[in-house]
Amino acid sequence: MKSLGKILVAILLISTVILAGGCGPSSKAALNVYNWGDYIDETVLKDFEKQYKVKVNYDTFTTNEDMYVKLKAGGSSYDLVIPSDYMIKRMIDEDMVEKLDFNNIPNYQHIGATFKQLDFDPQDQYSVPYMWGTVGILYNKKMVPTTPDSWKILWDKKYAKQILMMDSQRDCIGITLKMLGYSLNSENLSELEQAKEALIQQKPLVLAYVVDEVKDKMIAEEAALAVVWSGDAVYCIRENENLDYVIPKEGSNLWFDSMIIPKGAANKEAAENFINFMCDTEIAFRNADYIGYSSPHTEAVKKLPREITDNRSAYPLEEDLTNCEVFTKLVNVLKEFDRIWTEVKAE
Amino acid sequence: MKKTWTAYPYILWMIIFTIVPLGLLLYFSFTVTSSTGTIFSLDNFRRFNQPIYLKVLFRSLKLAGVSTILCFALGYPAAMFLAGRDLKHRNTMVLLMVLPMWVNFLLRTYAWLTLLERKGLINTILGAIGLPSLSLLYNDFAVFLGMVYNFLPFMVLPIYSILSKIDRNLIEAAEDLGANPFLVFLKITFPLSIPGIISGITMVFMPAVTTFVISRLLGGGQYTLIGNLIEQQFLTVGDWNFGSAISTVMMAIILIGMGFASRYETEQEGSGLW
Repeated sequence: MKSLGKILVAILLISTVILAGGCGPSSKAALNVYNWGDYIDETVLKDFEKQYKVKVNYDTFTTNEDMYVKLKAGGSSYDLVIPSDYMIKRMIDEDMVEKLDFNNIPNYQHIGATFKQLDFDPQDQYSVPYMWGTVGILYNKKMVPTTPDSWKILWDKKYAKQILMMDSQRDCIGITLKMLGYSLNSENLSELEQAKEALIQQKPLVLAYVVDEVKDKMIAEEAALAVVWSGDAVYCIRENENLDYVIPKEGSNLWFDSMIIPKGAANKEAAENFINFMCDTEIAFRNADYIGYSSPHTEAVKKLPREITDNRSAYPLEEDLTNCEVFTKLVNVLKEFDRIWTEVKAE
Repeated sequence: MKKTWTAYPYILWMIIFTIVPLGLLLYFSFTVTSSTGTIFSLDNFRRFNQPIYLKVLFRSLKLAGVSTILCFALGYPAAMFLAGRDLKHRNTMVLLMVLPMWVNFLLRTYAWLTLLERKGLINTILGAIGLPSLSLLYNDFAVFLGMVYNFLPFMVLPIYSILSKIDRNLIEAAEDLGANPFLVFLKITFPLSIPGIISGITMVFMPAVTTFVISRLLGGGQYTLIGNLIEQQFLTVGDWNFGSAISTVMMAIILIGMGFASRYETEQEGSGLW
């Protein structure tokens, strides 16, 4: 019996070591994609697998910050990531992004000219736009009689416990700065302090701070007003016709989510194939149609039904965007943002 | 305990998954990383010693304390009830108690969202029988409910296991000597069950004080607890040093608590879960 025991122990020991060492990145033949939650027509992934004979491992994140921390910590092995503008700038500055070989991405020609040479990637070397949109107020017409035109409605006591805020530091503080008439990229400490006071003052009126749950809550009419990304608004309006979306007059955040390849990607070629595949007219159309966000792909937009492309929440006109700003990379106030957010949430 | 070679896999396991991570945690909490390199520093702890963070700490302790008391108040009678049944029924009932725990913790908490919503199941039923709807979600009530619901079995089971082992003869002797049922409980049953109660309290209090899922889902992100703070440092801000420092403080508090509990237990020669 004793020898049997010894063998068992040996097996256990060996398997422990193998398990401990073997949990690393998956094999080279796979493409590891890291994208926002609810942000793709997943059948597209199956089609890519079939066409290129590459297995796709698909993971999702909730905020840019989550994604950044995970990549920065190392140990993850993503070949393709889809972050937003300011985060791409930060990652480029920190040498975390590979330059793309556009010879492998011929479909790049379909991306509209307005979506090229954006500030975060002025020479179009690192990123290919996937979707774009705005941040605004989704409201229920039955509960909010007049069309809201200002962020101030989120501070209106009439709607106490009927307001859903976005559980994201940058967005919440950004729109509050806008409400106060400042730039949403302000690094001015007294302006940030005012934003903090306003958010603390608003807190008793807020029903909850949520991210992806906001869609279910608004469709089920659990709240009257919510701060959402435009694409989520389009999705919700499709599900519940009592809802509508506005970009407040003070202006808001205009954002772009683009595909990038992080430094050290094991499978750069497959990642570039994937970018090209995503820029294929049919695929871009399927994604835009499925998730409801606005596509920068000229041909795909033409294929979308008129009621979507004429919808100013999804495809806003130039005049709707006058006061809108793109987030820039914050340099000195990241910890300040965290402190403000902790103070607001801990209040 | 005599070390035998059968213990080695376990020791290896402990080193890889407990000792090394703990060492890393301590290392991070006592250092700060800047562009010039990593240096030893107590800054992280100094930062934690600010009113804003202490407030979060006390709120977590309070919330966990109240949840533990609620669990005890509900759990002790339940354990007594279970221990009082005959063996056949007892096992079925313990199974029923444990059964919900086979479902994933997150799923069970999500289920409460659907039940408690303004237009959720409970309010729909209230509406159907003509009662006004209640706001049940995103408040203290919802957070306490989530805590008690999730942690109650951890209170019931250790108390139950102790109660069911109490020598019936002791109780009969007390009764023979003229003690009424209340006195029997006060002088015999309750003192003998204290080790189980202590196990129960530690097993409820610890997960309750560090939870961040319940407060986020059922509290709507409005109740920053120490767990949320740690999560935020690691996942959003990327300040691992500060996050580790908070975890270290938490661990110190828990270790001190456990120290008291285990001392009491050895004195009582109990057979709790620890």
